[in-house]
Amino acid sequence: MLLNQFLLLAAVLFAIGVYGVLARRNGVLLLMSIELILNAVNINLVAFGAFRATVGGEVFALFVIAVAAAEVGVGLAMVLLLYRSSRTIDLTTVDRLRG
Amino acid sequence: MTALAALEGMDRLSSGDALVAQNVAFAIMAVTMVASALRMVTTRNVVHAALYLVIVLAGVAGIFILLGAEFLGVTQIMVYIGAIVVLFLFGIMLTKGSFGDDDGVTGERRLMAGLVGLLVFGVMAAALVESFADAEISRSAPSTTADLADSIFSTYIVPFEAVSVLLLAALIGAIVVARKD
Repeated sequence: MLLNQFLLLAAVLFAIGVYGVLARRNGVLLLMSIELILNAVNINLVAFGAFRATVGGEVFALFVIAVAAAEVGVGLAMVLLLYRSSRTIDLTTVDRLRG
Repeated sequence: MTALAALEGMDRLSSGDALVAQNVAFAIMAVTMVASALRMVTTRNVVHAALYLVIVLAGVAGIFILLGAEFLGVTQIMVYIGAIVVLFLFGIMLTKGSFGDDDGVTGERRLMAGLVGLLVFGVMAAALVESFADAEISRSAPSTTADLADSIFSTYIVPFEAVSVLLLAALIGAIVVARKD
């Protein structure tokens, strides 16, 4: 197996995730797109770990999974708070800090 | 004796037939994942987006197993498909009605985001093709779960403890942020 086939797949998923973060207005969909990006990074880590025949890539992929779980927990709590205070999760309407 | 048998098994993993099978499996998973990811970021129904995300995450687990990272593949299924997607579905249902089905993204915004995404992919693809033109992944030393555990609890013990404290902090933070009063 070529290393590049995994890296290019991860690059495609990363770019799709970037598109999702930029294009969608729904707060939950934004978090899902971030998950897509983090998964692309994980594919890269594991592929490089297999390429260099070390276990370090997998260890850091595990750490990324843990951090992603923490991020989703806090992110969804913030989206719920936003929904409770303004009855919407449209991110384009969140401009209360604008001067 | 068993180690010798295992080594012969490794040889079989990088021989012709197995390689073809691995590439076919990769192609199927890659096409499914990219199609599902595209549908996820373009579909109007948020629940459908969560279900497409499940397909992508399952594909990533398959890629992990293809790369010989069996523990990560199982962890991916348990943590992502088992926990995080359920969390997403809770989030969608608790905020239901704020959007309806339509995300209402304007064409200009979509175009600009598409351009940025294409640019990101173009730059990364050019750099990758340039750097790792035909580097092969050799399967001579696949990692076992025991190796992974040894590594976590010796070399990477400090980051591991930091991650556990981070998880605790995130848990408490989520409860404090989302609590009603």
